[in-house]
Amino acid sequence: MIALAPKPGEVDASHGTILYLESVSVSFDGFKALNNLSLYIDKGELRCLIGPNGAGKTTLMDVITGKTKPDTGSVFFGQTIDLLKLDEPAIAKAGIGRKFQKPSVFENLTVLENLELALATDKSVWPTLLAKLNAEQRDNIDKVLLVIGLSEYRKQQAGALSHGQKQWLEIGMLLMQEPKVMLVDEPVAGMTHQEIERTAQLLLSLQGERSVVVVEHDMEFIRSIAKRVTVLHEGSVLTEGTMDEVQNDPRVIQVYLGE
Amino acid sequence: MKSHWLMKDKPAFWLMTAIVLTVTLLPLANLVFPASSPLHITAYSISLIGKYLCYALLGLSLDLVWGYCGILALGQSAFFALGGYAMGMYLMRQIGNRGVYGNSLLPDFMVFLNWQELPWYWHGFDQFWFALLMIVFVPGILAFVFGWLAFRSRVTGVYLSIITQALTYALMLAFFRNEMGFGGNNGLTDFKDLLGFNVQADGMRAALLIASGVSVIAAFLASRWVIRSKLGRVVTAIRDQEARVRFIGYRVELFKLWIFVFSAMLAGIAGALYVPQVGIINPSEFSPLNSLEVVIWVAIGGRGTLLGAIVGAILVNYAKTLLTGWLPEVWLFFLGAAFILVTVLLPDGLLGLWQRLPSQKTKAGAV
Repeated sequence: MIALAPKPGEVDASHGTILYLESVSVSFDGFKALNNLSLYIDKGELRCLIGPNGAGKTTLMDVITGKTKPDTGSVFFGQTIDLLKLDEPAIAKAGIGRKFQKPSVFENLTVLENLELALATDKSVWPTLLAKLNAEQRDNIDKVLLVIGLSEYRKQQAGALSHGQKQWLEIGMLLMQEPKVMLVDEPVAGMTHQEIERTAQLLLSLQGERSVVVVEHDMEFIRSIAKRVTVLHEGSVLTEGTMDEVQNDPRVIQVYLGE
Repeated sequence: MKSHWLMKDKPAFWLMTAIVLTVTLLPLANLVFPASSPLHITAYSISLIGKYLCYALLGLSLDLVWGYCGILALGQSAFFALGGYAMGMYLMRQIGNRGVYGNSLLPDFMVFLNWQELPWYWHGFDQFWFALLMIVFVPGILAFVFGWLAFRSRVTGVYLSIITQALTYALMLAFFRNEMGFGGNNGLTDFKDLLGFNVQADGMRAALLIASGVSVIAAFLASRWVIRSKLGRVVTAIRDQEARVRFIGYRVELFKLWIFVFSAMLAGIAGALYVPQVGIINPSEFSPLNSLEVVIWVAIGGRGTLLGAIVGAILVNYAKTLLTGWLPEVWLFFLGAAFILVTVLLPDGLLGLWQRLPSQKTKAGAV
């Protein structure tokens, strides 16, 4: 026995890789949304995923978070947790958080309540019925409110926030879950320049502690945060490398028609 | 300190006060003043108002699942009827040998069917405590089994609504059958005693009215507590963004199941209070139409408010009593029209209208 062997159920990323996707295929009515895709995400890295519409970016996130079960292939979280055997809440509990493309905060709840629901704690029924925030959890929420710049909106209904603020609230909810892997789908869509810059800083500050996978169309934004970029095309990985390498790759240029 | 929120929540305060006054003053007026006095309230009125309060509790139970969790359950009357049958079975066993056939063990309808023995599921109903348990457990267990299957398979929206209608329809057909042992289409009736007191007596009617009022208030306070807990916020979140709730780690199906079972139990209590006040329970209580009416009460009162369900149930049923007395054939058209008008013009129901009054707006400092 190795002394540092993780307990069962805990993520074993001792080999440096936290997320393994191998030969994953998904088809919808004959259309191959993912085609024999293999992808590895390292512990603590910030990875950007780009690709034209229909390349399979969102399907990929659906597979990792348990929304879609692949036809073939394997998906492991660390070396021991088989994600294909878990459903959405179990995967969330294991430590994979997701921000959706369309901001999907709970509009009828306040900003504070949104964060409270996301808070990493016992999420089974009876403890939830009796749950009261303790001092530490309140501090946690306050910290996240500060990070996402919504401290003065804590009592406001989430539905009344601006589009950019909703995006930030979603990121805040993701932070409250304390995930080991954050999947962030189009975080800067609809944001102003200033907001985009702050988002970039935030995501950069998270890497190391957590692995962050960002899907985004905004190339300028990708350039400002990316170390490694993976390009998806027609459901598989076209190429992988630094932003410069990727942008000078003739195949990528062809796929994007000169972008 | 406990009454603090109640003083601030004016509509809740006034409604609770109104219910308390109703269930104390009306029985007094019935018992103290002689029938000749203009202040006398008839026993019929007492039972009628008790009935409205049972409907209020039924409406409240539906509001929990529909208004807060977004499950348009169209079978709420099934739980109401099951609670009613559980109470009816107790009342039948209380008749003893005073039935037409004078059989001390078997209810009349069983003697009529030539049954020799009491069916196993009728045992225990001679005990009031056992009947009380069954009043909440039978609806609760049905809701648990049904909800477990439906929510786990992620049946939602209109499909779920249709199955709940099918559920209550199937139960109605089953209870119509004599072989089921629940009195067939006649149901259970000719009740004599409840806890040793005559169910027809004025004092008993007053007691049942008070019990109904207390139940509505207790259920309202309990529901309010649930809705204001973190579980209540999870349930509201499920209504608005079901998939999202799963991705932050909640087992959506278990939360739906919890609120569904809780709601079914409240509906069962409502049915149990209803039966001794109307004096009969028969399979027509399972009619799919009854469940649809409950939805209309809640919509008219204002869904997702708890209070709206209580107000809606009482007002609509009062209107029903009046209209079916004057113009019986008009009632269903009136109900349909009221539902359409409220849906189109007052999506938040009557309670929403009250909250939008100018005086309320300035108080709340709304934008």
